[in-house]
Amino acid sequence: MRVPTSWLKKYINYTWSAEEVAEALTMAGIAVEGIDDVEGDQVLELDLTPNRGDCLGIINVAREVAALTGEQLTLPEIKIQENSEDVSSYIQVEIQDPDLCRRYAARVVKNVKIAPSPAWMQEALIRSGIRPINNVVDVTNYVMLETNQPLHAFDYHLLSEGKRIVVRRAYSGEKFTTLDDVERVLEENMLLITDGEKPVALAGVMGGQNTEINDNTTTVLLESANFDPVNTRRTSQKLALRSESSMRFEKGVDINGAIFAINRAAQLIQELAGGEVVSGICDVCPRPQSPPTIKLRPQRVNEILGTQLTADEVIGYLKRLSFTVEPGADQDSVHVTVPTYRPDLQIEVDLIEEVARLHGYNAIPSQLPQVASAGGLTSYQQFQAHIRDIMAANLREVINYSFINRDMFDRIMLPPEDYRRNAVVIANPLSEEQGVMRTLLMPGLLTSISRNLARRNQNPAFFEMGAVFIPGEGKLPNEVLKLGAAVSGRSDISWKMPPFELDFYYLKGLVEDLFRQIGVKNGRFEAAVAPGFHPGRTAVIKCGEEEVGIIGEVHPQVLDNFEIKDRVVLTELEVEKLYKHAVPRAMTESIGRFPAVERDLAVLLPLDTAAAEAIGVIRTAGEPLLRDVVIFDLFTGGQLPQDVKSLAFRLTFRSDEGTLTDSQVKEAIDNIVKELEQKLGAKLR
Amino acid sequence: MLDKLNELERKALQQIKEIEQISELNDLRVKLLGRKGEITQLLRGLKDLSPEQRAEVGRVANEVKEHVENMLQQRNEELQKRALDERLKAETIDVTLPGIPLMRGSKHPLTQIREEIQNIFIGMGFTVAEGPEVELDYYNFEALNVPKDHPARDMQDSFYIDEDVLLRTHTSPVQVRTMEAMAPKLPVKIIVPGKVYRKDDDATHSPMFQQIEGLLVDTNITFAHLKAVLMSFAHSIFGEQVKVRYRPSFFPFTEPSAEMDISCVICGGDGCRVCSYTGWLEILGAGMVHPRVLQYGGYDPEKVSGFAFGMGIERIAMLKYGVNDLRLFFDNDQRFLKQF
Repeated sequence: MRVPTSWLKKYINYTWSAEEVAEALTMAGIAVEGIDDVEGDQVLELDLTPNRGDCLGIINVAREVAALTGEQLTLPEIKIQENSEDVSSYIQVEIQDPDLCRRYAARVVKNVKIAPSPAWMQEALIRSGIRPINNVVDVTNYVMLETNQPLHAFDYHLLSEGKRIVVRRAYSGEKFTTLDDVERVLEENMLLITDGEKPVALAGVMGGQNTEINDNTTTVLLESANFDPVNTRRTSQKLALRSESSMRFEKGVDINGAIFAINRAAQLIQELAGGEVVSGICDVCPRPQSPPTIKLRPQRVNEILGTQLTADEVIGYLKRLSFTVEPGADQDSVHVTVPTYRPDLQIEVDLIEEVARLHGYNAIPSQLPQVASAGGLTSYQQFQAHIRDIMAANLREVINYSFINRDMFDRIMLPPEDYRRNAVVIANPLSEEQGVMRTLLMPGLLTSISRNLARRNQNPAFFEMGAVFIPGEGKLPNEVLKLGAAVSGRSDISWKMPPFELDFYYLKGLVEDLFRQIGVKNGRFEAAVAPGFHPGRTAVIKCGEEEVGIIGEVHPQVLDNFEIKDRVVLTELEVEKLYKHAVPRAMTESIGRFPAVERDLAVLLPLDTAAAEAIGVIRTAGEPLLRDVVIFDLFTGGQLPQDVKSLAFRLTFRSDEGTLTDSQVKEAIDNIVKELEQKLGAKLR
Repeated sequence: MLDKLNELERKALQQIKEIEQISELNDLRVKLLGRKGEITQLLRGLKDLSPEQRAEVGRVANEVKEHVENMLQQRNEELQKRALDERLKAETIDVTLPGIPLMRGSKHPLTQIREEIQNIFIGMGFTVAEGPEVELDYYNFEALNVPKDHPARDMQDSFYIDEDVLLRTHTSPVQVRTMEAMAPKLPVKIIVPGKVYRKDDDATHSPMFQQIEGLLVDTNITFAHLKAVLMSFAHSIFGEQVKVRYRPSFFPFTEPSAEMDISCVICGGDGCRVCSYTGWLEILGAGMVHPRVLQYGGYDPEKVSGFAFGMGIERIAMLKYGVNDLRLFFDNDQRFLKQF
């Protein structure tokens, strides 16, 4: 809303500068975004909150300025010379849908001469952002800006012979061409102004082309009505047609301001277009509204604001806003009658805000509450934060949008029946790119990798923690918190050591380290085949028998679909499941008073023997002295037969009973070798 | 014999001085003081002397022995120290060469800011509550005093799933969810971080962003409490020098409603592009919880009151980290991420 201060000053004579007014209004909740200087006229640019639709009328802005400055408000004096004819001989108004039209007032002005409006009015309109058309239309717009009451002017002679206005709902599919030359197809809950035969205006939104004021117009029918905010809003949304009028009705227009506005318009038309005003107003008001009275306890003001205002101070602020304050039913309360141009004020606390903003928010004291409470994170929240801390040691955290393109499911090669294709669909997405809610983190992670590689950012290594959305039984989907990570390339180059590949075993190492740090002790990796992953380089991650995640090299076809040339390894884990399996930190093993003995053991095993299986056999066979097994070498090819690999283990033995003897260790190793031979067909190297 | 001893001492001291290697020093010790050493040899002639002479020569001989011994010891220490010095010198490395690049990760700047904000409020006794991102219209709007077709819905253009379900447009639904779960217990003292969604995508709007919501409901909570808590927050995150002001505003779920501005952290309040030359930056919305919202939450607004506030994490991060483009946060470019 643009308010020229020259216009504002027609109603209030204040001495403040435009900057001072802007500052005071802003600090009272009527935000002035800027001051636009138009030929020396300072135009205030208001950024109004939805509750202050009243300030779309400059007189109401002037009321605010009056309350703030203490100056007197002067409303324009209305003087109309009416002729001897009675408006009822010109027009009858019938409201068929009083639920949507609470009031309809009409006036007739005849013998007008259509011409451009005078320069002062054109200037005022232009500075307020409205294009001048002709004197009659300009008057309706001028009065709208002045009072916030949208007005419409019809060419009276273009109305049908019936000489009546009928306000009714449209028929489904009814067609109507609005002033902007667009034919609209209407629905039955849209309200129409008709002349009894044809629609002449889309109520509260826009007039019709068929009765538009034109150069030949001589008699004008003025409309000053009050339409239902919700219905106006729906109509304007459905037709994607917002106007200065609909914008105002949506926010609520003062039903008791209709007569002032129509008289003001008649007066100006008479002055500017030389018209002759027909006597009387055809005013149909099926749902009148008187100003509401709200009970206010001045002490309650202090209870909510934390102030020490006296009852007189509270009442004083309300009176500055021209509200009527009368003694209440009891000693502790007053009755405040609120003008109908302020429909935002309905209950006591609304009045408390009025007091607060006139008192000034910054004059309210500041005091820390004395509420005894222990703050903190829940155990599960701490667990999540811990995971982030651990992952952030080696990987960069990314945040991808929760919505993805549905075609991502094809790009990551999910089979048609995969449950993750059943995603939550956004009914009104900005684009197909953001069409459905993600059911897994893979698409986002691969997009991040792909984008970085395309920009020649080497060796991307990312993690992300966030919800995926799996439709379930209820109205809302299950939101599953997932941890994902994806790496590609190699470690940073260094003069000190050669870089290593960020391959499957790198990411697996990070997952194993994560498990160790968060207390997941029963995690294991089993070779698996999964959509989107390399069939020979993928494992499901289990805790006990429960599947908690997956890790693997991304399928080359998928990489191709993301235009990634390098290999990528990716994992996804369910955080809540990890939380379930995590055991609290505790000391589970004695330090041991007796020294440990280390022995290396290299064996030849069939090529397809899983390392985990060999370690399992060794652990069982080495009990109770074996404390640790580490694989420190893997060798294939060379002089070895093709179907054989060599694995080297470092075994750590220790006893709590005493220092181990050579023969004890030898006995343990012999047993390990025997078991490896028997169970896995191993040969000692 | 005394002369010989003196001569021997002079020569020995000379030899000791000339030794440069510890091993040679050991050889010399044997040569001088060993069982077949020169002094021992010389002293064998003692038996031919008179008892008086013997006593005198013996005393001198012991002095010589002791002196030579000391000198050997001293030379040994000198040589040890020199050897160590030389070793250390030889072992000098270039400490300006970079270390091994082991850790290469980082938390997202938004996570870092979120944790910082969280910790400030946790320090003031708040707990952290969470809620669903795909939310019922009831919690996102209705229970927050925004009925269907309310113009305030224009403030937050929403992504809908169906008529009753949408992507939450703010973290405020968790206010009512938490109150429902807690009523009639007091106090309700939570902050709510989380992702929210609005149908906007341009240089200053992202269709997904993050908010932190706060709610304190108890007996006798006032606007003055709200001001003090938020002032304390502003000072914690932007520094004690920051000035704070409050302006009336409108949110359907608070009354009175306020917006909090801080003096511009870029120009210090003098006016610059970031603050549109006003000297002030709007950083959060707040207010006293609307009585209807308290009722939706299961509390009697005549018995309890509360305040609520909400802020965009991206906004705080942009101001604090000097990030000038919102979209960088969701672009996930390593060159951006590695700066935090």
